[in-house]
Amino acid sequence: MSVLVGLLVISMIISGGFLIAFLWSSKNGQFEDQFSSANRILFEEKIKTKNKN
Amino acid sequence: MELQKFQYDNEISKNFAVATMFWGIVGMLVGVIAAFQLAFPALNLGIEYTTFGRLRPVHTNAVIFAFVGNGIFTAVYYSLPRLVKAEMWSKALSKIHFWGWQLIILTGAITLMMGYTSAKEYAELEWPLDIAITLIWVVFGINMFGTIIKRRERHLYVAIWFFIGSWVTVAMLHIVNSFELPISFMKSYSWYAGVQDALVQWWYGHNAVAFFLTTPYLGLMYYFLPKAAGRPIYSYRLSIVHFWSLIFLYIWAGPHHLLYTALPEWAQSLGTVFSIMLLLPSWGGMLNGLFTLRGAWDKVRVDPILKFFVVAVTCYGMATFEGPMMSLKNVNAISHYSDWTVAHVHIGALGWNGFLTFGMLYWLFPRLFNTKLYSVKWASTHFWIATAGIVLYAIPLYWAAFRTYFMMSAFTPEGQLQYQFIDIVQSIVPFYVLRALGGTLFLAGVVLMAYNLYKTVKSGQFVKTEDAEAPALEKVYVKPKNAHWHSWVERRPITLLVLSLIVVGIGGLVEMMPTFLVKTNIPTISEVKPYTPLELHGRDIYIKEGCYNCHSQMIRPFRYEVSRFGDYSKAGEFVYDHPYQWGSKRTGPDLARIGGKYPDSWHFNHMLDPESMAPGTIMPPYPWLFEKSVDASTTMSKIYAMRKLGVPYPKGYEGKANSDMKKQADKIVANLKKDKLNISGDKEIIALIAYLQRMGTDAKTINTVE
Repeated sequence: MSVLVGLLVISMIISGGFLIAFLWSSKNGQFEDQFSSANRILFEEKIKTKNKN
Repeated sequence: MELQKFQYDNEISKNFAVATMFWGIVGMLVGVIAAFQLAFPALNLGIEYTTFGRLRPVHTNAVIFAFVGNGIFTAVYYSLPRLVKAEMWSKALSKIHFWGWQLIILTGAITLMMGYTSAKEYAELEWPLDIAITLIWVVFGINMFGTIIKRRERHLYVAIWFFIGSWVTVAMLHIVNSFELPISFMKSYSWYAGVQDALVQWWYGHNAVAFFLTTPYLGLMYYFLPKAAGRPIYSYRLSIVHFWSLIFLYIWAGPHHLLYTALPEWAQSLGTVFSIMLLLPSWGGMLNGLFTLRGAWDKVRVDPILKFFVVAVTCYGMATFEGPMMSLKNVNAISHYSDWTVAHVHIGALGWNGFLTFGMLYWLFPRLFNTKLYSVKWASTHFWIATAGIVLYAIPLYWAAFRTYFMMSAFTPEGQLQYQFIDIVQSIVPFYVLRALGGTLFLAGVVLMAYNLYKTVKSGQFVKTEDAEAPALEKVYVKPKNAHWHSWVERRPITLLVLSLIVVGIGGLVEMMPTFLVKTNIPTISEVKPYTPLELHGRDIYIKEGCYNCHSQMIRPFRYEVSRFGDYSKAGEFVYDHPYQWGSKRTGPDLARIGGKYPDSWHFNHMLDPESMAPGTIMPPYPWLFEKSVDASTTMSKIYAMRKLGVPYPKGYEGKANSDMKKQADKIVANLKKDKLNISGDKEIIALIAYLQRMGTDAKTINTVE
C-alpha cells in the first residue's frame, strides 16, 4: 500500500500549493473589494470603442 | 493615466466553440450507439472496431475531453482576456493549443477503436498520446499564465481562480496516473499493480470529474451566468469561500470509488469523510449561482439561455448531493457496479456540463457574429427536448439499478440465489431501450442547436477582433511592508515559466516514487503466481477488447456476491496485475473467479456466439479472435517489462517463454479437440481462454460460503 504514501504526499503538495496561493491572494488584497470585482465584469462592453470586421 | 489600446481575438474563441459543438455531436452520437448496443447486441455489427468494449471509451473520452474540453477552452479564451483586460499572451500558442488538441482527439478516437488502450477509465489513451496531452496542456498553461502576468486588471476575478486551480491539478493528475512502461509503440503497462493501480486510477478518475468537469465549468458559470442575467454574482464572498474549500476537499475523495473492495479500510473511510464534507462547498456554489437570479426570475421565463443555466446549476446541486450520499458505504453497496453510477454521472454530464455549454454557446455566437440569435423559439424547444431527454435517460437507469440490486440479493427460503445473472440482465434490457431513447432525444436537441447557430452565423458577420483599452497596471504595486516575491516574478514571464517547469519537475520526481515501490509487490498470498506467457497475451487481449467496460474482477464481501461469484477478492491476488482490471460496471457477471468454472469449449463457443451458451445474453460475439494470431515476437518484451515492474519471472525466462507458451496452447487445443472444436494454437482465442481459465484460481483454495 506504499503508493498511498505517494498519493498523500502529492495531494499534500497540491493542497499545500493551494494554501500558499490562498494566503498570498488574501494578503495581496485580492479579496478585499468584493463589490466592484463582482460588478466590473458586467460593464466591460462600455470600454469597447467599435467593432472591426 | 495613459490608456493602452489592444484587441481581443475572437477567432480562437470561435474555433473552440465550433469544435465544442462538433465533438459534442460526435461524442453523444457514439454514446447513443453504445446505449442501443446494450439493448440490441446485433448493433455491435460483429466487427472489432465497433463493439461496445471499444466504443464506450470513445464515447467517454469524446464527451469529456473533446466536448467539455473544448467547452472549457472556449470559455477561457473568451473570458480570460476580457477579465484581465489583455489579449492572450501568444496567438501562436493559442493556435498550437487548438490544433494540437483536435489532433489528439482525432488520433485518440481512432486508436481507441483500433484497440490501443491502457484500460484505465478516462485515461485509456496510450503513452504517445499521454505525452502529447501533457505537451499541449503545458502550452495552454503558458498561454494562460502569460496572459495573467501581463494583465491590466490587478484583481483576478473568481472565474480565473477556478481556471488556475483546474490547470494545475489536471496537470498533476494526468502525469501521476499515466505513469506506464512502454513495451512497444502504442502499448504500455501501468507502473502500478493491483490495489495500488486501482487507487491511483480512482484518485485520478474522481479528480478528473472534479477538476475537468466541475471546477473549470464553475469558472464558466461565474462568468457567463452573471453576464447572461445582467447582474453580479449573488455573493462574491461565497464564491471565494466556495472555490478554496472545494479544491481543498476534492483531492481526498477518490477512494469512495473503491468502497468494499480490497482497499484498506482506513483509506475507504478517508474518502467517505471528505466526500460528505464536499456537499457544503458544492451547494455553496449552486446556491450562489441560483441566487444570482434573485429578482430576475421573470427573465428566466423568456430567455432560454437563463433556462439552460438554471437547470445546469440545479443538476450540479443534485449530482453533488447524490455523490456524497453514494459515498456512504451502505448506499454504495447498492450503487457500485450498477446503472445508478451511470445515471449519476449523466445528471452531471448532460445537465451540468451539457446545459452550461449550450447556454454559453447561445450567448456567445450572436456576440461573435454581431447579430441576434436566429431563433429564440428553437433554443427554447431545444431546452425542453433536452430536459425531457435527461429525465428519460436517468429515471430508467435508477430503476434498473434498484431492480438489479433487489434481484441480485434475493435468496429463496432454502438459502439459494433466487435469480440467475442472465435473468437480471434480461429484465433490465427494456430500461436500456428507454435510456437510449432519452439519449437520442438529448442528441436531437444538440443537432437543433447546431442548425440554429449555423443560421445565426449566416445572418451575421464575424467580429474577428474587438478593440479595447485600459490603463496599464502600475509597475510598482503599493507594496505591503513585507515585500512579496510575487511582484518580482510577475514582471518576469520567463522566470515564471521556469518556475512552472520546476513545479512540473517536482511532479515528475514525485511520480518516480512508484519505481521504488516495486518491491512491495511481494505477494502476501504465496499461492499467487505470475501469469504464464500465454495468459499474459490473453490478458492483453482482454484489455484490448475493453472487457473491463462490462465485467468486474472484484468480488465484494457480501453474501449475495460470494454465493454468486465465489470467495471475496483479496488485495494479495492482484499484485501482478499491470494494469488492474477491477472495472466499475457490471453489465455482465464478475469474472474474478471465472477460472475453471466452465470447460475450455464453453469459452470457445461463448466468445464465438454468446447466445449459444447463454441464451438472452447481450454480450456481442468476438469472431475475429478466431482469425487473428497472437504476436509471439512481443512475448520477450512483455516478460522483460513485467520483470522490470517487479513481477518475479526467473532470469532469462524471456528465452523460454515462447516454448512454454506453445506447450500451454497445445494443451488447450487438445482439450478443444476432445469437444470436436478445431483451431490452431496461435489464435488469439486460445490465449484469451488461457487467461480466463486462470482467473482467480490461485487463491481459490480458501473456503467459499455455501
